[in-house]
Amino acid sequence: MRIMLIDDSKTMRNIQKSVLTQLGYTEVTEACDGQDALSKVGAFQPELLLVDWNMPNMDGLTFVKTYRQQNKTVPIIMVTTEAEKNRVIDAIKAGVNNYVVKPFTPDLLGQRITETLAKCQPSQHQAAA
Amino acid sequence: MDASLITPFISSIQNVFSTMMQLPVTVNPPKVKSGAEPSHDVSGIIGMSGDVTGSVVLSFPLETAKRIVALFCGEQMEPGTADFADAIGELVNMVSGGAKAQFPDNRRVSISCPSVVLGANHVVARQTDTPCVLIPCTTDCGELTIEVAIREAAANAGVDSGARAAAA
Repeated sequence: MRIMLIDDSKTMRNIQKSVLTQLGYTEVTEACDGQDALSKVGAFQPELLLVDWNMPNMDGLTFVKTYRQQNKTVPIIMVTTEAEKNRVIDAIKAGVNNYVVKPFTPDLLGQRITETLAKCQPSQHQAAA
Repeated sequence: MDASLITPFISSIQNVFSTMMQLPVTVNPPKVKSGAEPSHDVSGIIGMSGDVTGSVVLSFPLETAKRIVALFCGEQMEPGTADFADAIGELVNMVSGGAKAQFPDNRRVSISCPSVVLGANHVVARQTDTPCVLIPCTTDCGELTIEVAIREAAANAGVDSGARAAAA
């Protein structure tokens, strides 16, 4: 499975990559902001995106809204310090499938990834058929 | 100075450090910081804007910063490198984000991307109209401080006082 990590912090990308490795996902690419991510999604064709919110150049919410114009099915998990209810609502309205608030334990992130893929993959299989 | 804007930083730093590093933080009595006092050797700085404005600084002695970054990242990092600064920046980002989520009255607050300063005896300059509360903390990796210099935005303060005057 191809997974894209979008976060301006290399530290956070490394932590998330380590969780993904433990879950058995090794085909991972990284982007340092929304603009960088948009330049890479076409070639990489991710099947799951983990997106930070507060990033320079293009923030995560803007990236999600832009990406959803071209792809409505690939699951997106927002991984962010933005924890207020109104922010979560904004993210869901933009097209995010799940939400993880930093700080997080590796177990929690792993759970969210697994549950997101379980919910989203059946519809992807139907769309492909 | 609104205590409801300060106390969230106490629970936030404890949550961030215990969740990401399993490192308990003992928070010691806060005090008001005078502008001329230097911070420690390594400071992560974040700005806040919106209904609450100001800055938050997470400051460490160098050796404490090295130990905490090693715990956070799972490897030793050289101070002065981009990766070291990134780790410090992410810590202050999480502490500030966690605190702002606890601000009362559904305040809309944005936080900036973090900046990191390395250097002994550096002083972080702040707006003079905002008092700075220094919260000393102790961990097994050493001491650190959170410096919170934030206040209600001027527009909101004006609206509140105007409403009170109209009601009188």
